Amino acid sequence: MPGQSVGAVHSQRAHFEQPLSLRSGGVVPAYDLVYETYGTLNAAKSNAILVCHALSGHHHVAGHYADQPENIGWWDNIIGPGRPLDTDRYFIVGVNNLGGCHGSTGPSTLNPATGKRWGADFPIVAVIDWVHAQARLADRLGIDSWAAVIGGSLGGMQALRWSVTYPERIRNAIVIAAAPKLSAQNIAFNDVARQAILTDPDFHGGHYYEHHTRPTRGLRLARMLGHITYLSDDQMGEKFGRELRNGSFTFDFDVEFEVESYLRYQGDKFAGYFDANTYLLMTKALDYFDPARMDDGDLKATMARSKANFLIASFTTDWRFTPARSKEIVAALLANGRNVSYAEIDLNFGHDSFLMEDAHYHGVVDAWLRNIKL
Amino acid sequence: MTHILNRPDFDVIAGWIEPGHKVLDLGCGDGSLLKHLIDSRGVHGWGVEIDDANILAAIKNGINVIQGNLERGLDEFADQAFDHVVLSRTLQTVRHTEGILREMLRVGREAVVSFPNFAYWKNLRSVLNGRMPVSEDLPYQWYDSPNVRFFTLLDFEALCRQMDLIIRERSVLDEDGQPVDNEDERELNFLGSLVVYRLTQRR
Repeated sequence: MPGQSVGAVHSQRAHFEQPLSLRSGGVVPAYDLVYETYGTLNAAKSNAILVCHALSGHHHVAGHYADQPENIGWWDNIIGPGRPLDTDRYFIVGVNNLGGCHGSTGPSTLNPATGKRWGADFPIVAVIDWVHAQARLADRLGIDSWAAVIGGSLGGMQALRWSVTYPERIRNAIVIAAAPKLSAQNIAFNDVARQAILTDPDFHGGHYYEHHTRPTRGLRLARMLGHITYLSDDQMGEKFGRELRNGSFTFDFDVEFEVESYLRYQGDKFAGYFDANTYLLMTKALDYFDPARMDDGDLKATMARSKANFLIASFTTDWRFTPARSKEIVAALLANGRNVSYAEIDLNFGHDSFLMEDAHYHGVVDAWLRNIKL
Repeated sequence: MTHILNRPDFDVIAGWIEPGHKVLDLGCGDGSLLKHLIDSRGVHGWGVEIDDANILAAIKNGINVIQGNLERGLDEFADQAFDHVVLSRTLQTVRHTEGILREMLRVGREAVVSFPNFAYWKNLRSVLNGRMPVSEDLPYQWYDSPNVRFFTLLDFEALCRQMDLIIRERSVLDEDGQPVDNEDERELNFLGSLVVYRLTQRR
């Protein structure tokens, strides 16, 4: 792997006293955002790149914690000296979004009004709310305009949102494996995931904290389902095929096929640390995402609001947000005469490809970023 | 005579494009033509390219490049979005010849097309000698050629008439990139190694 990791990093916390009015009509009276930064903000404060996380991501994007060397950031392979998001050039910011479960204010943090955890009372948050919250963090860090905002999947949607909500504050946008809005099929998958959580007897209407329990069965199922949609059929075939754990059929409902073993493991692992209420919120944010709604569905008119240069990337095997979905964004940008490049990357990892290390994929991001003006 | 980037058709194309024009280059390769047009003519340019290595090279060149397959049309591009749509030395590699010409004139006001002329006398001589031509403008062996359509200046003009396309300008170049001309179209067909056209259609 070219370049290096950023090494040991630490999280920071910013407290915001000013209430944030949300798309849903709800209000977060005051909130914390946890974030990490890598590299150095230059004197002109012109080299800052915001990395937005996807459904289950967080602020720990790169490097590791000094006391937890195995806890490596979720997009470590693209960030560091000599890597595409080169910390020798850029000041990288990763933030855990509002409603998250990794330290920022969310359903599992205390509601100052009640002294109890927010739980189901935490208001529904939308992508635009995250963008507003991130803008306040940018203010706090003294960043007037991002050199770039980058993200994959739901993270890419935030980059897109940034470009039309704060066109003066984002000079470049990298939108990877995203879509301008979810399809009925996308929403359907999300709803099955939510139903798994909502119907778990341990859910208790979202106030499970008070019952000293967690809807892990529902969350596990939600993650298993989600995970299937992140992978490609080919990749699952290659990785697991019809391999049996014990070589022959056992004619029962225990784990038999390797793919079952893998999914159950992924589900259990995820249900062990992730908050079910956050999962519900994140999937709703995905479902509601549709910036063109403000222009009666005319994405061209929406993208006319943007001023940034765009790199759009999709993956050939991504069936969750197919290349055709990325091309909708490309077409809307082209129709406005915007600077846009589009790469359709042939990687076998389905939607999850955006997290993978690949010489061509990273080469494209690296080359594109090296041409942006700081 | 030296030509832009050793591509004599680029000189001709650059001469037809005015500063500030919006240009789409189909099969833009590493973006050399667009880069030249941006630097020298101040155009606003985008390229379309299918090959990964060329996508990367064009991005390195700072060119807007859209990865796509010309055979599948130009769906991402709106009607009449460009002043010029360029297809340089690529038409002979495209199977859907009529389709791509129609698409070019759907998304652009003008189409600029260059291609190697298979009726060039050296090519014909080569065939008469029993071997497929290999030249400056046809730099491939028959077994590794990306070319799938083999046609001549006169063939192309017959197709333009059939499709009711208007040839606004034509430039015929020999193997050294020098312009050639002749009163007799059939003779000109023998003299030209590379032909560049500027096309429009009735609206």
